[in-house]
Amino acid sequence: MKDFIIPDRDFGTPAAKSKTMVTLTIDGFDVTVPEGTSIMRAAAEAGISVPKLCATDSVEAFGSCRLCLVEIEGRNGTPASCTTPVAAGLKVSTQNTRLKKLRRGVMELYISDHPLDCLTCSANGDCELQDMAGAVGLRDVRYEAVETHFKAKNTSGEANPQWVPKDDSNPYFTYDPAKCIVCSRCVRACEEVQGTFALTIQGRGFDSRVSFGAKTDTALTSDCVSCGACVQACPTATLQENSIIDIGTPERSVITTCAYCGVGCSFKAEMRGDELVRMVPYKHGKANRGHSCVKGRFAYGYATHKDRILSPMIRDAIIDPWREVSWAEAMDFAADRMRGIQAKYGQQSVGVITSSRCTNEEAYLVQKLTRAVFMNNNTDTCARVCHSPTGYGLGQTFGTSAGTQDFDSVEETDVVIVIGANPVNGHPVFASRLTKRLRQGAKLIVIDPRRTEMVEGPHYKADHHLALTPGTNVAVISAMAHVIVTEGLMDEAFIRERCDWDAFQDYAEFIAAPHHAPEAVELLTKVPAADVRAAARLFAKGGNGAIYYGLGVTEHSQGSTTVIGIANLAMLTGNIGRPGVGVNPLRGQNNVQGSCDMGSFPHELPGYRHVKNDDARAVFERVWGVSIDNEPGLRIPNMLDAAVEGTFKGLYCQGEDILQSDPDTKHVAAGLAAMECVIVHDLFLNETANYAHVFFPGSSFLEKDGTFTNAERRINRVRKVMAPKQGYADWEVTQLFANAMLGKTGGAGWGYTHPSQIMDEIALTTPSFAGVSYERLETLGSVQWPCNEANPEGTPLMHVDGFVRGKGRFIRTEYVATDEKTGPRFPLLLTTGRILSQYNVGAQTRRTANVVWHAEDVLEVHPHDAEVRGIHHGAWVRLASRSGETTLRAEITDKVSPGVVYTTFHHPETQANVITTDFSDWATNCPEYKVTAVQVSPSNGPSEWQEDYAAQAEQSRRILPAAE
Amino acid sequence: MSLETRPHDKLIVMANQIAKFMESKPHAEGIEGLSSHINDFWEPRMRRQLFEMLDAGGAGLRPLVLDAAPLIRRPKP
Ligand code: SF4
Ligand code: SF4
Ligand code: SF4
Ligand code: FES
Repeated sequence: MKDFIIPDRDFGTPAAKSKTMVTLTIDGFDVTVPEGTSIMRAAAEAGISVPKLCATDSVEAFGSCRLCLVEIEGRNGTPASCTTPVAAGLKVSTQNTRLKKLRRGVMELYISDHPLDCLTCSANGDCELQDMAGAVGLRDVRYEAVETHFKAKNTSGEANPQWVPKDDSNPYFTYDPAKCIVCSRCVRACEEVQGTFALTIQGRGFDSRVSFGAKTDTALTSDCVSCGACVQACPTATLQENSIIDIGTPERSVITTCAYCGVGCSFKAEMRGDELVRMVPYKHGKANRGHSCVKGRFAYGYATHKDRILSPMIRDAIIDPWREVSWAEAMDFAADRMRGIQAKYGQQSVGVITSSRCTNEEAYLVQKLTRAVFMNNNTDTCARVCHSPTGYGLGQTFGTSAGTQDFDSVEETDVVIVIGANPVNGHPVFASRLTKRLRQGAKLIVIDPRRTEMVEGPHYKADHHLALTPGTNVAVISAMAHVIVTEGLMDEAFIRERCDWDAFQDYAEFIAAPHHAPEAVELLTKVPAADVRAAARLFAKGGNGAIYYGLGVTEHSQGSTTVIGIANLAMLTGNIGRPGVGVNPLRGQNNVQGSCDMGSFPHELPGYRHVKNDDARAVFERVWGVSIDNEPGLRIPNMLDAAVEGTFKGLYCQGEDILQSDPDTKHVAAGLAAMECVIVHDLFLNETANYAHVFFPGSSFLEKDGTFTNAERRINRVRKVMAPKQGYADWEVTQLFANAMLGKTGGAGWGYTHPSQIMDEIALTTPSFAGVSYERLETLGSVQWPCNEANPEGTPLMHVDGFVRGKGRFIRTEYVATDEKTGPRFPLLLTTGRILSQYNVGAQTRRTANVVWHAEDVLEVHPHDAEVRGIHHGAWVRLASRSGETTLRAEITDKVSPGVVYTTFHHPETQANVITTDFSDWATNCPEYKVTAVQVSPSNGPSEWQEDYAAQAEQSRRILPAAE
Repeated sequence: MSLETRPHDKLIVMANQIAKFMESKPHAEGIEGLSSHINDFWEPRMRRQLFEMLDAGGAGLRPLVLDAAPLIRRPKP
């Protein structure tokens, strides 16, 4: 018999939430389940699998296939067990002569309209129709159907009008209508799990077919976002991953974590040998609960893309071509240079950048490299350019710099504020959970300059969309707080008990001043005062209120102030410390949270402890056997400034592409060009590598063990499913480099043999991780920090009995206009964002079939602004700011307001960051990506800078053929 | 505008940005907040450059920065 990987048990229908328990008897066994459970699920809990086709536990039962019939003592007929709820005392039988006969009849009908090519079918061995034919003992089909859906031609050779050809327009899965049993599991998955409503059943009876929207729509041209939920739900080969069609069925599976965004979905990597066959969202993943998006589910091909560099490379100068060398030679070269630089320019002249894409263990080692080997605190991370204001703002108000909830919390939310985030594109799996709640009736307030996909979607619509002028977040948030305070809508009991009362009174007096009123700021924010008032009242009095925010909050010169404002709002309304409420930053990259936790910032040791604190340093000094500098080190912008000044000369940059992701590209390029040793450690020759002297090839998340921490503070395991293609996992590369450096001075080397030892060191030194170990993660699946003696199983909700800092602290939030102002030369405001199918600077997604959804970055322009400039849809336009200019194509749309233009930054050719300036957040220097004054005008093609840049990039990517 | 014309100009902008946030607080608290912010987040090189400007009279810096100067840690030369 087959020894196939055990699939996760399917209970047929979703779990019921009721606390009332009901006992019934199924086939003579007593079963106790929550009220509202289906008989099918109750039977499954007792270990009895009732045959079924149209039911699966990811969607509500539908009761169409009639295969799951049961008999209930004292009731007539044979009800469907999937749609019949349990009741106390029922006596159910799932198997007897009558039921067997009925089921065989049902199966016979299905099979008579189904091709019998099981042996060559891509779902062979993984098909529920096949399984059910076996389960009901179907031995022959007594009649041949005259009309079928699967025969292209009838017996006389005429075309069968019922036959529909395959749809293979989606690059990742194929729809083969010939095999469809019209169970509608896919349709329900698209509606209930994903929330896109792309699929429908068209026609009735024998004519009914699954279809992607209108008849002319293909999978690709429809609303489908390629999340894969329908493929997952389909019991047959009708909706099938192309990789399964190409390769065949997998033979084993390993649980791991998506390496794309901060949702941190759990996946089963299904393997055959060391070939990855498919990634399937893991049902027991606590962040995603069995759902996924196109990136994690399908866009993993970059790991084996031909552009991936597999050999270390060095060169003397960046005008030289690269030379492939051994690991030993590369390490020696890099260590020599870095030591030389430190000897000549001083201890502070080198530093590191840790990656938000690598594991916690890897980030920890990289900051350890600078603190314990370079002997300075010059470490920073790309979180600098996205969520550093979150750390500052929440740290100041609540005492800890992380989101307060788990994702499950959204199921109990009544009013949601989404500000400066577009989860539908940026955090799709969370968005599916959020929109599900909205369709159940939760209220939505969107604060965003652009009419994002979040504002309106299938069967939900924002109650308020406050379309503010970019750069006026603080004014809008303060105006809401003003309304709550002056209208007496705050939760005074909560504030008295949980917050610092003096700070509150100071804040209340400040915020009540008339210049914070919605009417007073309306001219500035362009948001009608009545809307602000209505939104504030709704949030204060609408039940459980939760705030979700993203980079549209942080990437401003007042980013930290806005985060403080958001925290104030949550405290004012008592929305902290229970399910359904809270303040939740949506993190961009998979491990932004983790890289911050791991001490990647120049002023903080792991666990957010300032380097000035003697006792914090002492812990690490003891474990590492070195003395740690007590002065904060250089942040990324400071490193670049210092490089241009000539005092910073060497950089080890792991898994980040600062040249593409950081603002003011020209300044970044000037800084990099001024350095004497830039070490880039990445999968690809990224843009930063154009200025590098050493290239360490990186390993993909499939090739190493470790952990990622998602936006809920959840520590998830990343598991190695194949050997690193270039020989070493990234943590091993950092260790090799550290040892090469230490070897130059005769210091004792590092000797980690597995990332679990690094985690043990983190647990030993960092109180909020004290209880974390690979063993514990193995047992619990995942854990949310703080995980320590007091919370051995982690902490899903923060600040439950009191704030981490003791009393919550209100802080004044005065609006200060950004220095970036429009004027006659640059009359428009540019704001930036991202789209679903691409990720960050696109280094990975651009190397997958995801490019079919987004071949280039475009500039969204409002029709008014386009008209006065003579710009039409699809035309090349020149986008210029004080910093520089670039060209891209225009898209005319009223998603943006007049005066605002919008683009993404996924493609290096566009170089949107040539445009952005180096203005930054006052507290953290997080760059102000979201506001740049620009002008737009017609153009004929790429700008001079783009052409120069392309030429330089071409030049610096040359690799010499390996010497024999 | 790229602020790289002279790096010290950039420091003036940064210090003044912090000052603007702290100015909404009572004066003493503002001074405390501004100085500890710079002490905590500005590496010695930046503080050294700040003191070069302060020692030269602090032209272009907002008054709160000047008031807070005595509480800012002077880095080793
Ligand atoms: S892939 Fe997702 S969005 Fe597309 S049809 Fe299937 S469930 Fe719907
Ligand atoms: S495509 Fe699959 S899931 Fe959808 S109706 Fe057909 S058989 Fe059922
Ligand atoms: S939502 Fe994020 S973590 Fe989940 S599959 Fe998509 S990219 Fe990966
Ligand atoms: S499984 Fe119950 S009717 Fe199809």
